[in-house]
Amino acid sequence: MKLESVLVKKQTAIVKKWFDLVVDTYPADTSRFLKRQKDPFANPVGSTTLEGLKAIFTDLMGELEPESAMGHIDPIIRIRAVQNFTPGQATGFVLSLKKIVRDQLGDDAGDPERRKELEAFDARVDQLCLIAFDVFVKCREKIFQIQATEQRNRFFKAFERAGLVSEIPEKETDSGKSDLTQ
Amino acid sequence: MSDTPKPEEILSRSHTPPKTGWMDTPINIRPGMYCYASNPKSVDYVGLPYPRQWNPMEDDWNLPENWKEIIFEGMRDRLDRFRSFKVFMDICVRCGACADKCHFFIGTGDPKNMPVLRAELIRSVYRNDFTRFGKIFGKMAGARPMTLDVLKEWWYYLFQCTECRRCSVFCPYGIDTAEITIIGRELLNLLGLNIDWIATPVANCYRTGNHLGIQPHAYKDMIDFFCEDIEEITGVLPKPSLNRKGAEILFITPSGDVFADPGTYTAMGYLILFDFLEKKYGLDITWSTYASEGGNFGFFTSHETMKRLNAKMYAEAKRLGVKWILGGECGHMWRVINQYMDTMNGPADHLEVPVSPITGTRFENAASTRMVHITEFLSDLIYHDKLDLDPSRNDHLKVTFHDSCNPARGMGLLDEPRYVIQSVCKNFYEMPSNTIREQTFCCGSGAGLNAGEDMELRLSGGLPRANAVRHVHEKHGVNMLACICAIDRAVLPPLMEYWVPEVDVTGICEMVGNALNLPGQKKRTTDLRSEDLPGMEEEEDADE
Ligand code: SF4
Ligand code: SF4
Repeated sequence: MKLESVLVKKQTAIVKKWFDLVVDTYPADTSRFLKRQKDPFANPVGSTTLEGLKAIFTDLMGELEPESAMGHIDPIIRIRAVQNFTPGQATGFVLSLKKIVRDQLGDDAGDPERRKELEAFDARVDQLCLIAFDVFVKCREKIFQIQATEQRNRFFKAFERAGLVSEIPEKETDSGKSDLTQ
Repeated sequence: MSDTPKPEEILSRSHTPPKTGWMDTPINIRPGMYCYASNPKSVDYVGLPYPRQWNPMEDDWNLPENWKEIIFEGMRDRLDRFRSFKVFMDICVRCGACADKCHFFIGTGDPKNMPVLRAELIRSVYRNDFTRFGKIFGKMAGARPMTLDVLKEWWYYLFQCTECRRCSVFCPYGIDTAEITIIGRELLNLLGLNIDWIATPVANCYRTGNHLGIQPHAYKDMIDFFCEDIEEITGVLPKPSLNRKGAEILFITPSGDVFADPGTYTAMGYLILFDFLEKKYGLDITWSTYASEGGNFGFFTSHETMKRLNAKMYAEAKRLGVKWILGGECGHMWRVINQYMDTMNGPADHLEVPVSPITGTRFENAASTRMVHITEFLSDLIYHDKLDLDPSRNDHLKVTFHDSCNPARGMGLLDEPRYVIQSVCKNFYEMPSNTIREQTFCCGSGAGLNAGEDMELRLSGGLPRANAVRHVHEKHGVNMLACICAIDRAVLPPLMEYWVPEVDVTGICEMVGNALNLPGQKKRTTDLRSEDLPGMEEEEDADE
């Protein structure tokens, strides 16, 4: 049987293991809550993570479509990017899938044919990890951009519209050159 | 080569969080999660103790030598004065019902943001030094001595609580962790340990009347500008009055409505409403450049500071000789009015029980504070069919409503805002029931935490709210998040920008302003943001 067919059969177990592993990156009290609470509105972190992992798993069952993978991993990384994680910790869970899959395959993982298939699978996981890292960086940039522009957007714009801000005028024409700008 | 760890080994090492119990997990003050320390000038200006430079990231916080004594004396005093504090210290059975209800716990995943643990930070010290049981059994009884690290932990986590009261809704004993935070912050203020995003607005408000320190002439300039803009959009120039003695009603709103987007459009909504009511029914109302702030960051500092800032609104009402006060779309202003004003500065005997001059409705709920919420006032007008509304100008909006914590849980204002929204816009969708009304999720930036430097705290704390917004966005195409709080209007746009960028933020009165027909108006082709109204654009070159 093809590797992907085996994995799809074991999907529930694999995704559950993967989810547990991601959630165990949180302190014990938190991880208990993230696993237990099933209401997506009472537990957005747990439910977003679980939904995301399910979708990514499906993405990995064939040629990786970067757009789709990015769309599915974004919500998970977006959350981790504002939490207490280093970039490696925020994205590293992707790589853990390799070990989970091997554990699930047991002895079968050593079969030469399987190993070839696994290599190809690993390459897709690596690719996904890079996508996760890209998303992480994008989120961090967004946070800094929001931080940098928030006050300007709120106050300055209102004052500017009201004509209460006097800005340095555009470069003067030759005749009216200001010494200060030289 | 064989010494090189495998990737999964590195991961399992770096991924395993500490397994220690909360008392033994050391505090890690992380940039992005805290607000800068208060500016000593601001602390000094309002006469609060120990103004000085200090930095949360440094080991030495330049505390007074006898800081522990000050804290203990402060606790003793408050245990005597505030029965709620004493009761809340004693009766928690650690059942955990509140534990997973805090947006900061849900969003940050930090167990010390569980309300029960937030309270335990203080309660553990209380047990140790104020109960015999704790004195004898120590750690076994959940007690621990006060140390510098404990103090830092107080500071870090009491400024990761927005005093939103969501946890209290779920506590079988009615323990209100917000009240514990309030007292805790008061204790920290005894040592000059405020954050600047609170301390400086307090000083500004005390001096000039509003958080930003904007002076009366600039206030007037902004109002004038709004009126000119309204004229451009509607063809009608409102002529509001400022500081007018003898007016029947004084209108007070947070300064954010006058100075910060998108609150400014809500302010234009008020102006349109008042202009309509004045022309049609002779409404007699004035704004004030002195009571130019409805918000009260004193509330996030200490009871005394809150009282002083609240008093100035009533002093201005007295000076102008008005009969009652109409209040705009603010959050904590209403909690202060509804829960504390009467005890602190009431009863407002120099005012009268508010009666709507248009409908004759007597606002019994405001019989003592003499201050009516704009959505109560509006609901009454709409109910009596006193407004000329054309909701079709809001047809392009699909609206959901964020119950701001303070009006919702602090004063029970749940239905009036919805009634007003649904009267001015036909597309309204509720977020899931465990995220609205009494169970509403905080914006994540209330209680003075709406600074820039704590953006990660704000974005993670706001996740549960944003998550529910995303749900209605995906399900119903919601594109507008309405709210009745100036802090919300300021902080929800960045929150949406991060989590659900397709959704914009509005105050309710902005939508009212868009729907309300003004007598003598021209054809309205744009909304108050000067953006084209779909389907109502100017018919350029129509006859060509
Ligand atoms: S009051 Fe709000 S922010 Fe504070 S602990 Fe309770 S739920 Fe959390
Ligand atoms: S719900 Fe009330 S009694 Fe239970 S742990 Fe929380 S504060 Fe304590």
